[in-house]
Amino acid sequence: MRLWPVASGVAWRTLKNVFTNPAIFFPSLVFPLFFFTAFAGGLSQVSKVPGFDFEPGYTAFQFCFVLIQSAAFGGVFTGFGIARDFESGFARRLLLAAPNRSGIVAGYALAALGRWLVTACVLTIVALIAGMNVFGGTVDVVGMYTLALLINLSGLLWACGVAMRFRTMQAGPIMQMPVFLILFFAPVYVPLALLNGWIEAVATLNPLTYVIEAARSMLAGDEVHVLSAFVIAAGLVALFTFWSFRGLRKAEAAG
Amino acid sequence: MTNVLGQVAAVARRSVIRTARQPAAVVFPLAFPMLLLLVNSGGLDASTKLPGFPTDSFVAFALAVPFIQGALFSTMNAGTDLARDIQTGFLNRISLTSIRGVALIAGLLAGAVTLGLIQAIFYVVVGLIVGVDFASGLLGILVLLVFSALISISFGALGIFLALRTGSGEAIQGVFPLLFVFLFLSSMNTPRNLIAVDWFKAVATANPVSYLIECVRSLIITGWDREALFLGFGLAIVIGIASTTVATLALKERLVRT
Amino acid sequence: MEARGNSIEVEGLVREFRKGPRAVDGIELRVDPGEIYGFLGPNGAGKSTTVLMLTTLLPPTAGKARVGGYDVVAEGPKVRSVIGAALQEAALDPMLTGRDHLRLQATLQGIPRAERKVRAQELLERVGLSEAADRKVGGYSGGMKRRLDLALALVHRPRILFLDEPTTGLDIQSRTALWDEVARLARDDGVTVFLTTQYLEEADVLADRVGIIDHGHIVAEGTPEALKAEIGLPSVHATPAEQDDRERLVAALAPYGEPLDGSARDVVVRLREGLAGLPAVVRAVDEAGLTLASLEIQAPSLDDVFLAKTGRSLEGAGGDDQDEDETAA
Repeated sequence: MRLWPVASGVAWRTLKNVFTNPAIFFPSLVFPLFFFTAFAGGLSQVSKVPGFDFEPGYTAFQFCFVLIQSAAFGGVFTGFGIARDFESGFARRLLLAAPNRSGIVAGYALAALGRWLVTACVLTIVALIAGMNVFGGTVDVVGMYTLALLINLSGLLWACGVAMRFRTMQAGPIMQMPVFLILFFAPVYVPLALLNGWIEAVATLNPLTYVIEAARSMLAGDEVHVLSAFVIAAGLVALFTFWSFRGLRKAEAAG
Repeated sequence: MTNVLGQVAAVARRSVIRTARQPAAVVFPLAFPMLLLLVNSGGLDASTKLPGFPTDSFVAFALAVPFIQGALFSTMNAGTDLARDIQTGFLNRISLTSIRGVALIAGLLAGAVTLGLIQAIFYVVVGLIVGVDFASGLLGILVLLVFSALISISFGALGIFLALRTGSGEAIQGVFPLLFVFLFLSSMNTPRNLIAVDWFKAVATANPVSYLIECVRSLIITGWDREALFLGFGLAIVIGIASTTVATLALKERLVRT
Repeated sequence: MEARGNSIEVEGLVREFRKGPRAVDGIELRVDPGEIYGFLGPNGAGKSTTVLMLTTLLPPTAGKARVGGYDVVAEGPKVRSVIGAALQEAALDPMLTGRDHLRLQATLQGIPRAERKVRAQELLERVGLSEAADRKVGGYSGGMKRRLDLALALVHRPRILFLDEPTTGLDIQSRTALWDEVARLARDDGVTVFLTTQYLEEADVLADRVGIIDHGHIVAEGTPEALKAEIGLPSVHATPAEQDDRERLVAALAPYGEPLDGSARDVVVRLREGLAGLPAVVRAVDEAGLTLASLEIQAPSLDDVFLAKTGRSLEGAGGDDQDEDETAA
């Protein structure tokens, strides 16, 4: 059975909801901008710490983190919408109507992507206006955005799986907290090499560390961990695809 | 008079009980600031190597922030609880009794202070456990708790005002990001004199939250900094007077009883 | 405070909202001490607005009202000291237990500390919530919440009780239990009860007198029996088991009242003596040796009263949602 009609229908409806509803749209747009401003603006002196040698500068350093962060949370925010659909009963309507239910998950994923692309564009424009340096070439920059896109997809699939299992907005913290933790136990403020103690150990084990560092390296035109980062990102997508489809089965079984 | 105190105590007791019976409302204000402290002190420890950084322990530097975050949570809790009372009609029930508006606000704030103090004691204990040396000693810790009570009142009254004006829990949740912005655009993570970006430094200087943080921070890492204490307490008192005044006026409008 | 009776007196009471029509438009009524007054009307008629004004939660635009002898505008706190109210929303805190609610209410009402526990237990027993007293209200059923609501309204032994649609959404058992308690309060404790309802049966069963309100005006007032009698006497509808017996049935019933148009099968007679004439009708049918397939009594209802006064049926008559607007204003 064809996937595209279902996926496109769900994506269209979700995006329409988002873009016509400021209370839903603006937080996912404003928060990344806010974090970017607060980190790049308030912590720029961190680039003077001995050993900090990120050539493009602190603005670019933080841009990469915020890009990945916005991608991950963009997925999670779309997950909130899925939970809301279950609570309101709309999801049941989708399950009844869709000939190919996998298309529902695909549709939400497309919507998350569409939503995040807007955020990413605005964030990029603001960063460039703020004087961000881009030392990487076209391939590097495309690679960086592709990595972020994969993280967006992972975020959405994670949140989708949670939403389909719990089917209530009260599952919001369960969607958010792990994503928050995995992001902030990565090298947020300084490179991995400048972390010490327990945070260094945790960040070293954190898969997202390599994604963020790779993104930064591509922006700097000095690629590091790129292959590992893509493997990790693809692995997260695969893992959470399985997670979300299992969630879909549970939602179907619950009726 | 005894009855007024009894009424205030009854309202305060209810605020505390119903917060205590919602695990998320208890755990989140305690856990989230600690999580942020953990993350920031791990990630930003390197910045203590910057010339002029006032301490070599980022945990000690950043420990001030949870006290202010706790105050923000007070705003949210007091506000959303009262908004729920308005939406469910519970406020009508209360207003049919002999309780005066001032006593009702006092009771709600007493509840906020109780919860704020519990949070503050928790943060102090965590700080001591992780080895933070409070430069102002035991007396400084007591002053810190008094300050926490004061900002609980100031921000709690703000939450009450918002609830009375909007009557909506969702509206108050919508204000939360704004309060978060005030927190981040301050000297939360960097001393003001070390902020390199001019516009950010200007915003942090104009931001009253910076002075609240610096007041607490001075008690932890400096000792007795008269200027920081004067500014922090002064600002907290001004915010407190303003917010309780507008809250009282808003209550008069909301409670149209004859 | 000196006892000043427990009556309710309303003269020309008006409530106008900023952008809407008059929700209450010059009503006049009086409720005598110890009476149960049923205030009946469809959604949006102005019932809840009236209750809010009489309980001092909404100032009237014009007119006067005295509750318990006190003016609702000038002596608001005194009015509140003598009334109890269970309003349209149960207005409970899901995080508190039933006992917590009573304790809070008792404290706020100024009940002395030594009495609070005893009073709370007494009320819990009275409304049948002793076993659930220490459970959070969030887990209570609708009926339990309403019972707790009533208990809270009675904490300070009010002389006058306002109940705003107290049984809406309740099952029959819970509703009947609440009716029993309200009737007992009026009968045994002399409490004056002002009860708003959209249920005809509730007004019929409980109320000593009924006021029917529509679009902010009182369109009829009196005892349920008197109001119904104004509209007409009850009629009997008899269907003979054998169609051939119809003429004989007509003859048997003719002495007992005026014949009315019925179906081709039924014989319908308006009973001259009302329901008191029914036994004679049954004897007459029996003496004539007739067998009936069915015998029905149709008495005018309060809905018939409403229909006669307004041209509309009470059931399904609301819809302006004024009451919801009022409580949100």
